[in-house]
Amino acid sequence: MKQPIYLDYSATTPVDPRVAEKMWRYLTPDGDFGNPASRSHVFGWRAEEAVEEARANVAALIGADPKEIVWTSGATEADNLALKGVAHFYGKKGRHLVTCKTEHKAVLDTCRQLEREGFEVTYLDPEPSGLVDLAKLEAAMRPDTTLVSLMHVNNEIGVIQDIAAVGAMVRARGALFHSDAAQSAGKAPIDVNRMNVDLLSLSAHKIYGPKGIGALYVRRKPRVRLEAQMHGGGHERGMRSGTLPTHQCVGMGEAFRVARAEMAAENERLRALRDRLYHGLRDMPEVYVNGDLEQRVAGNLNVSFNFVEGESLIMALRDIAVSSGSACTSASLEPSYVLRALGRNDELAHSSIRFTIGRFTTPQEIDYTVRLVREKVAKLRAMSPLWEMYQEGVDLSKVQWAGH
Amino acid sequence: MAYSDKVLDHYENPRNVGALDKNDPNVGTGMVGAPACGDVMKLQIKVNEQGVIEDAKFKTYGCGSAIASSSLLTEWVRGKTLEEATSIKNTEIAAELALPPVKIHCSVLAEDAIKAAIADYQAKAAARKNKPANAA
Amino acid sequence: MPVYLDHNATTPMDPQVLEAMLPYLGEHFGNPSSVHRFGRAARAAVERARAQVAELVQAHPSQVIFTSGGTEANNLAIKGAAALCAPGLIAVGATEHPSVAEAAGALRRQGWRVATIPVDTQGRIGPEVIEATLRQRPALVCAMLANNETGVIQDIARLAEAARASGAILHTDAVQAAGKIEVNFTDSGAQSMSLSAHKINGPKGAGALIVEKSVEIEPLLHGGGQEKNRRSGTENVAGIVGFGAAAAAARARLAVYGARMSALRARLESGLDTIGGIEVFAAGAPRLPNTVCFAAAGVDGEALVLHLDKAGVAVSSGAACASGTAEPSPVLTAMGVAAELARGALRASLGAGNTEEDIDIFIRALAAQLPRLRGFARAASA
Repeated sequence: MKQPIYLDYSATTPVDPRVAEKMWRYLTPDGDFGNPASRSHVFGWRAEEAVEEARANVAALIGADPKEIVWTSGATEADNLALKGVAHFYGKKGRHLVTCKTEHKAVLDTCRQLEREGFEVTYLDPEPSGLVDLAKLEAAMRPDTTLVSLMHVNNEIGVIQDIAAVGAMVRARGALFHSDAAQSAGKAPIDVNRMNVDLLSLSAHKIYGPKGIGALYVRRKPRVRLEAQMHGGGHERGMRSGTLPTHQCVGMGEAFRVARAEMAAENERLRALRDRLYHGLRDMPEVYVNGDLEQRVAGNLNVSFNFVEGESLIMALRDIAVSSGSACTSASLEPSYVLRALGRNDELAHSSIRFTIGRFTTPQEIDYTVRLVREKVAKLRAMSPLWEMYQEGVDLSKVQWAGH
Repeated sequence: MAYSDKVLDHYENPRNVGALDKNDPNVGTGMVGAPACGDVMKLQIKVNEQGVIEDAKFKTYGCGSAIASSSLLTEWVRGKTLEEATSIKNTEIAAELALPPVKIHCSVLAEDAIKAAIADYQAKAAARKNKPANAA
Repeated sequence: MPVYLDHNATTPMDPQVLEAMLPYLGEHFGNPSSVHRFGRAARAAVERARAQVAELVQAHPSQVIFTSGGTEANNLAIKGAAALCAPGLIAVGATEHPSVAEAAGALRRQGWRVATIPVDTQGRIGPEVIEATLRQRPALVCAMLANNETGVIQDIARLAEAARASGAILHTDAVQAAGKIEVNFTDSGAQSMSLSAHKINGPKGAGALIVEKSVEIEPLLHGGGQEKNRRSGTENVAGIVGFGAAAAAARARLAVYGARMSALRARLESGLDTIGGIEVFAAGAPRLPNTVCFAAAGVDGEALVLHLDKAGVAVSSGAACASGTAEPSPVLTAMGVAAELARGALRASLGAGNTEEDIDIFIRALAAQLPRLRGFARAASA
């Protein structure tokens, strides 16, 4: 068994060999290296053809028309473009947006920026399950609400929001609906028309494609307008300028094609592995699953090992690559803001580990992980003053801590 | 985050993990930090008649650097007088473990812990001195 | 395989660049923000590349912000700096790339005024012109280091000195210059500089903005806080590694490249001379050694490039982004070239892989196509 074992597929994924194979032709000097925007020669035409085939594959996975796909450098750019683009374009119609506290930073930080520009944003609290209550969302809507942004699948806890229900409600209220689907594309079925999604952010590297490429779905009927955030050259129908990285587009297209073909079978396999992991850990004392276990993507298990600090556990699990939250925040000392928003207390928020299982995970790796986690949690608890107090029957919530 | 070899060593093989009887008059207990901050350190010292720390134990909830800082500290204070132990600075711990800037607070916490343990012991000793008759 | 003379549009990747990238599309696939080994390996690779890119333009690695390319870098420099100033005047060279000109234009919505800095017939911004511009007190000045269509090199150091003296920030687009001529960010005096990987035999989808420490930039992309909060989004690790490798290779071969390109272009221009009736633009200005922009009167440039493509030579009638439009090149128009002549403009941009034979094939093809198109033009006007 190769070590370390990679169980951080929500942070990023390896490029599928089939995807790499397809990208190759657009990377070599004797391949199709042209600029897709070059209209005057065969190098450009071939590159453009490849980009358009890839665009069709991306569109197909989400039930969209290829003309509704705008290439970006990744989901972060797609989120920025969707939120700022819509807010700026419809700024005269209304200046209120609604989102949720557990969104990805790319949405939250963009909302903060819009607030600095004078927009108003309502940040909904999720239910303890991690999901947003539709009635509470509806109550937060105002006549001047232009956009609702709710992610399809949460990156930390993997819960799946019923975006079809959200889409129907938002449509009925006359606002636009954006969903960050970076963590759901290829993992949960998406149909932008059935779900009434107006804008959808996509990423390649979360689904075995290359880093540095993503896309924003922008509905054409009824037409959604947005203000470009990157100007120059007028690529992507004026919505996003910049030379298209042919090999990256091709990689994303192939990754999405493979995902569409294999999603059902793959989900079954991942769910079995996830359950194997969960069953291996669930009988330990003081172990809590974060977020709804049923309404969740197959490969995600986020658990808190109470009275063990997450970073030290990750260090103890050095043979396994996992994270204590999202990759973006795992370098900081803050506990997961997602778990805090779920209402988890400090200890549990500091004690979480996100295991994300993927295409190349084996049952042997899961079994090894179970053994190692049980051993290391026991060792760290023996070292933990909180565990000691818990066992002595001390109510930790009543302790006056000498914080620093 | 890259940990130094010394942090890894203390983390893998922590010295002096455990507990002393906190009701023992010769034992001083310091507990610092808070779960909200992600680290809680409990440091205990056992002091002999000569005012020398003859044993030290710790339990820590926290990151690898926090565990290493407390482990290292128990090693350092053993055999030291209370005065010597009080003079240990967090910067010495941070330097010894080559802690990166974001982990300096772990060494600060360790310094706070030993000071709290000593204070606890001294408070107990003072209480004893004030009521010698009753204790006899 | 056709002869490729469109290296200012994009370049084939250097095989050694591809080799450097491959591990990051394979086993080293980590997210640089992850703290585990996979993440740390990716982080280390990004930082190595940062040093390589910095070295190409004699900048400090901490001044490098990786972006998705030159367009994003230009947008970030302009909008990022403008966001932190009170709306005022931005002065933009008349021959700037659309990613500079349009990014500046987009500032109008926030109340900015845009002034165009005229160029002379050689495509250069003269000393009196910059002084006149600066008297209008622009907060930002954009002047490209080398033009993508004509290859004309601006005296950035002089422009930057004047801009600084008047308290303006000077941004320079060095996408076409880096790797082709010696570029020194520190000595240039510019406060920010854009770079792109795919113009120097690196991958598409990677670029950088070099920013002086004293210049604050509001990010264009908000989110995870990557690139020290100046550019969020998971790093394109393989692309960045490729950029680094391409930068290192370009730096190593710079002297040889310059000499080879100059010799090849001299061969090309003497070929044009032989054909006759051709005007080379900005021939009197310092130019990139690989670029030649020229026109034959009475010939439609678009038609000519398509005929040349059929004959097995890839050139362009202007910038790749703008090609396909019937408008004469704004760059040439700004230089005072008559619309009719500008419509016949062709750009040949050479690359490290070109040979003398490629040049000869091009000249033969051009010599064969030109009389037909000239005849066509005469017939049409008759």
